[in-house]
Amino acid sequence: MTLALALAGVLAVAALAAWLGYTRARGMRREGRLHSLPAYHALYAAIWTAAPALLFLAIWAPVQGGLVEQAVLATPEGRALPEFAMQREAILLEAREIARGEREAGFNPESTGLAPRFAEAEGRFGAIGGGIALLIALAGALAALRRSAPEFRARSGVERWVMALLVAASLIAILTTLGILLSLMFESLRFFSMVPPGDFLFGTQWSPQMAMRADQAGSSGAFGSVPLFWGTIFIGAIIAMIVAIPLGLMSAIYLTQYAHARVRAWMKPLLEILAGVPTVVYGYFAALTVAPAVRDFGIGIGISSASSESALAAGLVMGIMIIPFVSSMADDSIAAVPQAMRDGSLAMGATKSETIRKVVLPAALPGVVGGVLLAVSRAIGETMIVVMAAGLAANLTANPFESVTTVTTQIVQLLTGDQEFDSPKTLAAFALGLALFLITLVLNLIALSFVRRYREQYE
Amino acid sequence: MSSAPDSLAATAAPSRWTGDAMRSRVRKRYVAERRFRALGFAAVALSGLFLAFLLITMASRGLGGFTQHEAALPVDFARSDLMIDPAALRGPQARETLAAVDLESALSQAATAAFGAEAGEMFGGAAVRALGEKLIADPGLLERRDTLWLPVASAIDVAAKHDGAEAAERMVEQLQARGAIRRSFNAGFLSASDATDPSAVGVWGALKGSFLTILVTMMLAFPVGVLAAVYLEEFAPRNRWTDAIEVSINNLAAVPSIIFGLLGLAVFLNVMHLPRSAPLVGGLTLALMTMPVIVIAGRNAIKSVPPSIRDAALGIGASKMQVVFHHVLPLALPGILTGTIIGMARALGETAPLLMIGMRAFIAAPPTGFTEPATVLPVQIFLWSDEVDRAFVEKTSAAIIVLLVFMLLMNGLAIYLRNRFERRW
Amino acid sequence: MKEKMPLTSTTPVPSPSAAIAADAQRRGPSTVDEAALPGGHRADEREPVGGSLGAAPAPVAVAPPVPSPGESPEAAPGRAPKMRAKSVSVFYGDNQALKDVSIDIHEDRVTAFIGPSGCGKSTFLRTLNRMNDTIAGARVTGNIELDGQDINSSAMDVVQLRARVGMVFQKPNPFPKSIYENVAYGPRIHGLSSSKAELDQIVEKSLKRAGLWDEVKDRLQDSGTALSGGQQQRLCIARAIAVDPEVILMDEPASALDPIATAKIEELIHELRGRYAIVIVTHNMQQAARVSQRTAFFHLGEMVEYGKTSEIFTNPRERRTQDYITGRYG
Repeated sequence: MTLALALAGVLAVAALAAWLGYTRARGMRREGRLHSLPAYHALYAAIWTAAPALLFLAIWAPVQGGLVEQAVLATPEGRALPEFAMQREAILLEAREIARGEREAGFNPESTGLAPRFAEAEGRFGAIGGGIALLIALAGALAALRRSAPEFRARSGVERWVMALLVAASLIAILTTLGILLSLMFESLRFFSMVPPGDFLFGTQWSPQMAMRADQAGSSGAFGSVPLFWGTIFIGAIIAMIVAIPLGLMSAIYLTQYAHARVRAWMKPLLEILAGVPTVVYGYFAALTVAPAVRDFGIGIGISSASSESALAAGLVMGIMIIPFVSSMADDSIAAVPQAMRDGSLAMGATKSETIRKVVLPAALPGVVGGVLLAVSRAIGETMIVVMAAGLAANLTANPFESVTTVTTQIVQLLTGDQEFDSPKTLAAFALGLALFLITLVLNLIALSFVRRYREQYE
Repeated sequence: MSSAPDSLAATAAPSRWTGDAMRSRVRKRYVAERRFRALGFAAVALSGLFLAFLLITMASRGLGGFTQHEAALPVDFARSDLMIDPAALRGPQARETLAAVDLESALSQAATAAFGAEAGEMFGGAAVRALGEKLIADPGLLERRDTLWLPVASAIDVAAKHDGAEAAERMVEQLQARGAIRRSFNAGFLSASDATDPSAVGVWGALKGSFLTILVTMMLAFPVGVLAAVYLEEFAPRNRWTDAIEVSINNLAAVPSIIFGLLGLAVFLNVMHLPRSAPLVGGLTLALMTMPVIVIAGRNAIKSVPPSIRDAALGIGASKMQVVFHHVLPLALPGILTGTIIGMARALGETAPLLMIGMRAFIAAPPTGFTEPATVLPVQIFLWSDEVDRAFVEKTSAAIIVLLVFMLLMNGLAIYLRNRFERRW
Repeated sequence: MKEKMPLTSTTPVPSPSAAIAADAQRRGPSTVDEAALPGGHRADEREPVGGSLGAAPAPVAVAPPVPSPGESPEAAPGRAPKMRAKSVSVFYGDNQALKDVSIDIHEDRVTAFIGPSGCGKSTFLRTLNRMNDTIAGARVTGNIELDGQDINSSAMDVVQLRARVGMVFQKPNPFPKSIYENVAYGPRIHGLSSSKAELDQIVEKSLKRAGLWDEVKDRLQDSGTALSGGQQQRLCIARAIAVDPEVILMDEPASALDPIATAKIEELIHELRGRYAIVIVTHNMQQAARVSQRTAFFHLGEMVEYGKTSEIFTNPRERRTQDYITGRYG
């Protein structure tokens, strides 16, 4: 039997157990007062039947794949397979698909012969797994039903399972973070075994060409990431911030201090819309409209090296996208400054702008700085705008009209096309990803600690 | 009043304020005040203008993508080389029958016959598809002469809308002189999938892929996010582990989306060998990215339910779990839903992580399941933006309009929900 | 409306010295004695209750004009009031918070506003330096004059008004800057000093006048928020003094402070009375009695009664005042 069948079987047993538990509980209720509602008794029985069995199936399914493959390789046809890994994988894949009826015939002749072996092994192991699962389900059902009695706390039992579910859901967050860290580190370590970390972190040459095959006379790749980080900082932390900080801060000041409540009511969402536009749209806009205009402007003012993939174009558009991030954090910070402080300044005859510049803003500064750091972190991690509007040339230049490349662009570039998971080219993407993750992590932590300290000041 | 030696400033009080020096200072301060206020307004106005400029640019370039030019082609199938059995067209094998026939040559022949030698390339993939639809709808066409309005090839379409190649321009003039060209709504754009011929492309394939992906994302991220929010807000003790979980979640919400793509690539594709480019994998990746957003929104919503409600329920004898699931969660639901919809809207617009897991293939037909190769609308836009053919510019912009409409709808729905159902305690 | 009792025509006029003695008995030493001030409050003083203070000469048939309840009891030509309010009403949207208040504020004395919570005393205080302008939807009608100039007219610059009429708030609100910068803020923005040395002088003088100099002179660069509550309030007073105002408005300045700090503030008010006209809002009747020379009782947005502090607390004219003072309602 297949695992799908086993799954259905487990669920059927669970339903049966639930029904039994329910009727029993109803019966007991006529005789006296129950601790828990019959529904809880039913649920209790169902959970104890299904959950252990399902857990088992979840673990068995991937394990079964390995077991099946081992068994197939042990057969005479399996032992006759070629040594070369890629070819062998392809044959096994085809055989598996033929056995499952997903395809008629494969490109490799061996796969047709292998298919029956697959079918047989899968059948065998499927039966074993399914059988165990059903046994577990039955055992669970028996154990649950035996406990039913009027004073049995079925509800507490159910709630304990629910609590376990809640904790599991929360752990997924940690698992994800761990997963990111581990997968990135694992691949990066493999990368650093091929390319020395010093070269990567401090090298200024980035040309990740690697020989595709052992016999190809290719250039040795240079994996110096400094131009990439420079491009990222230039576009995201410098040009974009030059646009976003003044516009975002002054917008926040105007909306909180000067605008009527009614005007603010629709102007604030307007700014939020800027944050909601998908970045691919920004990227296309940058490539289609802004970049040519910037290039023409650059050539017009005499910079002949102005490229149509300039850092300025990407930075401008990214700055526009970041405005709402700066503005909303600044808004919150300024609004949190107590009115008493503002009144104190106004009562001394200061104008509104003097109050804002000399009292409110200095008081709100930690929050505003936190917001700016978060915005920088966002800009650094942005991908689509730079992929579509900035270039691929790893250039270490301070001329905004020239083309630079960024970390995120290169990650995309390295992972498209042929991917061999052992070439330094592919692994470099993970190393870049790890660096990006760590940098944004540090920025976020600093920003959040700023904001937290600031909030404590005023609460 | 205080006499001169007692006062703090050099001059006596009342005249201090009326002196020239003071007056000019005050005037300057007011000027500075007005300038500051004007700067603030300019900042907001400029931001609004940027947004308007972006939207207007996209709209103006994209609206053309929803229309196409059609030319009137006189056909006489009876006299052509086409061998199609009308009966087959009425049966269930209609599309297969059509696929086996070379409609493109037939069209080319008819066009050359009607408009001259240059008209051989006048019709493209869109016309073939349209012709196929017409034949299935009315197999009687095969037996008579008729004039059909068919969409022109993209070169002609571009020439008619803006400027094109010389030959195409000439063609357009000729057609216009004969009154044989008209502009009509391009319904195919919304029902077709990707194609090589820009006149035949549509967004439906990508839309369906997006729907499937978002469905997977929602089914995974929503329960996990809500349950995690409930646990962290209601049950979690204050110790190092829960602090770590909280810090984790707050950080995950700010991690660049491309990192999730790398995670998906490393784990879902390379370790778990899930099918590449499938909505299942895309949904999983986006779910990991959206889950922290839902947790944070959920926590805020749960936090805003007043303790008095919890106390009341506990006082009746409900267990903690019942208090949460029967009372708190329903009241927090509007806030949670709002946050979820906003998170989904963001996921809908994400491109980078899906590029990483391979959803960038050329998908010529809409996906039929969660494990079929598919693409999503933002990625489709990205792929089309790379195309050199000028005709793709308006198609890309039109697809952007579709995407923006969906974003607007989803955000609008979230705002509506928030205003209608969220209670201010 | 309020019944207007004839004020002065039939009361005997005590001798000035007796009046001073009575005041001094009741209130303790103060730096500037009321009766000694020019412009005289000697004429038409109502007889302080609670003591025969010497032989009263035969009543003088003076026929002063019958003043409205808000005008000072002495209608004889003397000092013009520093600030005069006539029929001032304040509306928050459609809600009328203050009805037709008329009162004179004189310099060299402390005027107290008392009344239960929410009766409009703080609202009225804020009209005197146009702080209600900062509240959206607030509307002020009526006439308020500073030295004869209408403060709500467009000819009056609100920025200068607020420098001339300073304010101290209920909860101390020092800026998150150093002590020096807190005090220097006002002179800086108004351009009152032309050199650093002058600014230093102003800061020192203000802190001395606020009674804070000795405690902070060694740590002027420390943050203003690091001081204790009482010190912070004195810092706020110093800050207000630094722009050399003519009137200082105090909105329950000691209500957030402990008794020792409160006593220090009250002492300070005594000292400042000579230089500035002080208006203090307080919900603490004993404080009003201790600190002020004139008291106005507010109730439900109206000013019910205004007169000498001693009168208000021992022999009020209005029933409502009497009820409040005797604690019938709070």
